[in-house]
Amino acid sequence: MTSNAIRFLRRGKVVELGNVPPMRTVLDHLRLDEKSMGTKEGCNEGDCGACTVAIGSLKGGKVVYEPVNACILLVAQLHGKELVTVDDLAEGPKLHPVQKAMVAKHGSQCGFCTPGFIMSLFTLYHAGRRPTRQEIVDHIAGNLCRCTGYRPIVDAAIASCNGRAADRWAKGASEVADQLASLADDKDVLVGDAMSFVAVPSSAATLASLYAENPDATIVAGNTDVGLWITKQLRTLPKIICLGNVKELHGIDDGGTQLSLGAAVTYAEAESCLAGIDPDIGEVLRRIGSKQVRALGTIGGNVANGSPIGDMPPMLIALGAELELRHGGANRSLPVENFFLSYGKQDRKPGELVWRINVPRLAANQRFRAYKISKRFDQDISAVMAAFKITLEGETIAAARIAFGGLAAVPKRALETERALVGLSLANETGWQRAVDALAADYAPISDMRASASYRLEVAQGLLRKALLELSGQAGTRVVGDRGEAA
Amino acid sequence: MNTETVGLPLAHDSAELHVTGAATYIDDIREPDGLVHVEPGYAREGARGKIRSMDLSAVKSAPGVLAVLTAKDVPGVNDCSPARGALDDPIFAKGEISFHGQVIFAVVAETREQARRAARLAKIEIAAERPAVTVDQSLAMKVKDLLPPYEFKRGDFAKARKAAKHRVSESFLIGGQEHFYIEGQVSMALPEERGAMTVLSSTQHPTEIQHLVAKMLGVADAKVTCECRRMGGAFGGKESQAAQWACLAALAARVTGRPAKCRLDRDDDMMMTGKRHDFRATYDAGFDATGLVTDVEVDFLARCGYSADLSSAICDRAMFHADNTYFYPAARIATRRLKTNTVSNTAFRGFGGPQGMAFAERMMDVIALKLDLDPLDVRKRNLYAKGRDVTPYGMKVEDNVALDVIEKLEATSSYKKRRKQIASFNRKDGILRKGLALVPVKFGISFTLTHLNQAGALVHVYTDGSVHLNHGGTEMGQGLYQKVAQVVAEEFGIGIEQVRITATTTGKVPNTSPTAASAGSDMNGMAAQAAAATIKGRMADFAAKHWKVARSRIRFAKGQVLIGNQSIAFGELANKCHAGRISLSSTGYYATPKVAWDRAKANGRPFYYFAYGAACAEVTIDTLTGEMRVDRADILHDVGRSLNPAIDIGQIEGGFVQGMGWLTTEELVYDSEGRLRTHAPSTYKIPCASDVPADFRVALYDSPGNREDTIYRSKAVGEPPLMLGIAVWSAIFNAVASMAPGKIPALDAPATAENILRAIKSVRS
Repeated sequence: MTSNAIRFLRRGKVVELGNVPPMRTVLDHLRLDEKSMGTKEGCNEGDCGACTVAIGSLKGGKVVYEPVNACILLVAQLHGKELVTVDDLAEGPKLHPVQKAMVAKHGSQCGFCTPGFIMSLFTLYHAGRRPTRQEIVDHIAGNLCRCTGYRPIVDAAIASCNGRAADRWAKGASEVADQLASLADDKDVLVGDAMSFVAVPSSAATLASLYAENPDATIVAGNTDVGLWITKQLRTLPKIICLGNVKELHGIDDGGTQLSLGAAVTYAEAESCLAGIDPDIGEVLRRIGSKQVRALGTIGGNVANGSPIGDMPPMLIALGAELELRHGGANRSLPVENFFLSYGKQDRKPGELVWRINVPRLAANQRFRAYKISKRFDQDISAVMAAFKITLEGETIAAARIAFGGLAAVPKRALETERALVGLSLANETGWQRAVDALAADYAPISDMRASASYRLEVAQGLLRKALLELSGQAGTRVVGDRGEAA
Repeated sequence: MNTETVGLPLAHDSAELHVTGAATYIDDIREPDGLVHVEPGYAREGARGKIRSMDLSAVKSAPGVLAVLTAKDVPGVNDCSPARGALDDPIFAKGEISFHGQVIFAVVAETREQARRAARLAKIEIAAERPAVTVDQSLAMKVKDLLPPYEFKRGDFAKARKAAKHRVSESFLIGGQEHFYIEGQVSMALPEERGAMTVLSSTQHPTEIQHLVAKMLGVADAKVTCECRRMGGAFGGKESQAAQWACLAALAARVTGRPAKCRLDRDDDMMMTGKRHDFRATYDAGFDATGLVTDVEVDFLARCGYSADLSSAICDRAMFHADNTYFYPAARIATRRLKTNTVSNTAFRGFGGPQGMAFAERMMDVIALKLDLDPLDVRKRNLYAKGRDVTPYGMKVEDNVALDVIEKLEATSSYKKRRKQIASFNRKDGILRKGLALVPVKFGISFTLTHLNQAGALVHVYTDGSVHLNHGGTEMGQGLYQKVAQVVAEEFGIGIEQVRITATTTGKVPNTSPTAASAGSDMNGMAAQAAAATIKGRMADFAAKHWKVARSRIRFAKGQVLIGNQSIAFGELANKCHAGRISLSSTGYYATPKVAWDRAKANGRPFYYFAYGAACAEVTIDTLTGEMRVDRADILHDVGRSLNPAIDIGQIEGGFVQGMGWLTTEELVYDSEGRLRTHAPSTYKIPCASDVPADFRVALYDSPGNREDTIYRSKAVGEPPLMLGIAVWSAIFNAVASMAPGKIPALDAPATAENILRAIKSVRS
């Protein structure tokens, strides 16, 4: 069954859009079509959060609100969801609790970022528990404010987000859940015609056949990357296929020794599972993008887009993860590192999709470390991303898998360094320097706006040394993301 | 002084509108029928050189395009320079370009998307010449200085040098800064009869927009009105830099006869508009064994970009603040204003002051390092004091509270105890090291261009007692409107809710100065108070006559007017005054007293007074990666008697964080072709919530009030706190310096992780 309208919930009613242009963003829809001017455009690339809106979706039978950047969200991605914006929160003169707190704590100055903060806080208000200060700053890392210095905004969050939501949305949650359930009718959606369309397939079978028939279509999972092709590069993408509603791509299977993630699993959904492999993965995930980006962006997309500076690939490569690809009905697997052929080129045939990612857990004698180096800790693209998996026999390194992002045209293993580490001991530093030096044989990084070539190599070497020191028991080694392990 | 409304921590006047999304910015105004959109266009390649060819045919034939504008379409003068007479900021580059991203043409189309898409279709070839991108390149390529050099010099260097037991000299870089106002540049022009034009602009300087649009259109100033209700942030970036987009909108409106809007995409905004000047500072200083400075020579090289803009005054202000709170017996403070093939740098909160002060504080840190003294002791040793109280530019420091501010903060921040704790932490010689710094700020308040120190206001009282307030200051989030409204409510003795704040417009208050130099409340508060006082005086005169009560027995308070033994509501008196044919409208005017500056002689009193503050920052650095975290910050800041402590605290906290960002994560990177590579928030990193120390203690200095007769004895607060962020940079320096006693870390600003690691290497090798 195919439907030819995008349907989503807005202010209690189902909105049906039968002729929305494929590339229409939610921000443009709000400001140009709906003429709701509360949501602001700050950067038009998902980096400042001024356009933050809340998306309600059914997760495990409950309505969950997540913040997203409307500027790089396609209207089609709203299909089956509820859209809440800053214009909706107050009831006449009665402010929502987060709005009231923002006024009381002097959380706005120029006010332009404020609607975005309000919506981020709205989702935090509905998070179901009282957040710590750290959780608050993590939650608003994707909202930039240039005026206040954030202290009053954090105070407003502390004052209003107490874990006991009692607003209209909390009271009407079961009704919204019913409405969202009724929207989830398993129909495939295609708006447009054969030459220009946006499709939201609901099953793997439709997706596979649609993409096999239209290998020139652009596949969109979270749209956190493709969104910029639209808003910044002004590319024309006549055919867009959204993965968001394909059920088979959503599951996380915990097979004991390995986790298997569907390609449309978001960072937010994967965060706790992957952090279960090692806390460093959780720490990196905490810092990737922002809450808004992690609510939409997918682990699969971070691999599929082939970027040399994605944060997931080095970790997945070090862990020894495998990629499952599907073309039509046929699947094949390959190690993640083999997917990246050269800059901008991946081992993916036309019409072939990244399908699943299988991530092995660590064995008892394996240790893992990951480090993300960027100009700003939160919501920044890495200059260098490092991941180490060390297999120990007692104090001796029996094997090492090391991968770096930001040091080459692709995420790449450090084979020379891996070899140099084998046989070294954590008990003394003999031979460490040789291994550290070997990184210079593995990588010849380039300079760009994020870091110089020489810094990239030096920091990579520093991170290997740090990993070895940490594994040998040294504590107090990090300015952020300390693992809290005593020496 | 007892006050009813002044001094209350009232919320920002628009707070409820901000949080509900109902505050209207220019792009939120319901678009008038037929509105067209303007998009500037530039050469994708090239930063400097002749325009060899320009093919705009594809632009013209693109869907929705109504017109393509170039220099020849400008009916008046093709210039939007704020430096009157300079004529060096073409609205459209003609013949050649001087930086990458310089506007050459503009597309007018039915929709913004059509205009954006069309603008990309231009084929422009530049006969590219090698650009001078940095100050060092400008010097090496012998590019003629953009503006003449300027210096302050005083004292007997020969004598001072003899007294100096020690000398130090070094050279370092201070980076620029992108404003990153969250609302980008935007302007909407509405054509009117007989060639008149109303321009809505997100600008700190409506009068200049009015003037430049009139000049561009070739009409009298009186035919152009510029209005601004609020900006979504500005920070100096909308002082001169808003003009070009207002001109483009107005030109499109003139050419099409339809309303026109020009709103820049973020990337274009960051490429096409100026930033804080980056500097190279090179100094040589002498000092005695106690750290007392005997003589200082400092040369600042400023990257001004391709045109004058406000660089002259900015570089002057850097010189005015190269002393910060310190007395230099012999001093030569010099600047060169260098031309580079980069966007013209411009005003940014602090206006050169931060760069001057960063030098002064760096020198204090280096002196302490050389003598193995606590940097705070060296700072205290060098403070202005009795007999040592004349600045290098000849102004006597009369209101010095630096030592008191420092000592109070030293106590409340437990500086001495933490200094010891940090020393013992660093003795462990681990991967992480800590640094601590307590740094004062002294910032001169007034425009150094003396004639700008004037302001006007317009106040109406209606017959129901409600008040319409207007003044020349603009609201960019700093809370100026609310502060001035508090002043007016206070004057009339009425509640703040009776005062309606209205958009700044050149049609109500003319010939205004930019809202800049931190002087907004000082000047507009005084002007509005004067306007209100005039009306109040008339009302009191009327009441005295009407009720036959002595004038001295009439008081305005709590919404009432006490007339002898009776009391009537303010509105009732207004109504009676109107019936008695008394004017209830007045302008108000203020000119800052005492200021006088002779630039040629480099002598005078450029500032009415100084604002003071101090910050203490503690940081931890990672010696393997250069990563840095601010652990704690304590601030004590002097705002005199606060007009609104909530707003003032907001300025202090926000200023500190912005200053910290400037000196840490905010890095402008130009490539060798002169292209800015950090033109979006994905690559240019302003602080986010987690960068602000979790332990952040901010207090207002317990002041008896400004020594000068300012509005309710308050002090300006817009810019000074930005420089409190220098404490973070100084603490980083301190942490790196702890690795190798006596060695000067080669730490440039911003102290990114990369620059910190480089500084670490510099002391290790």
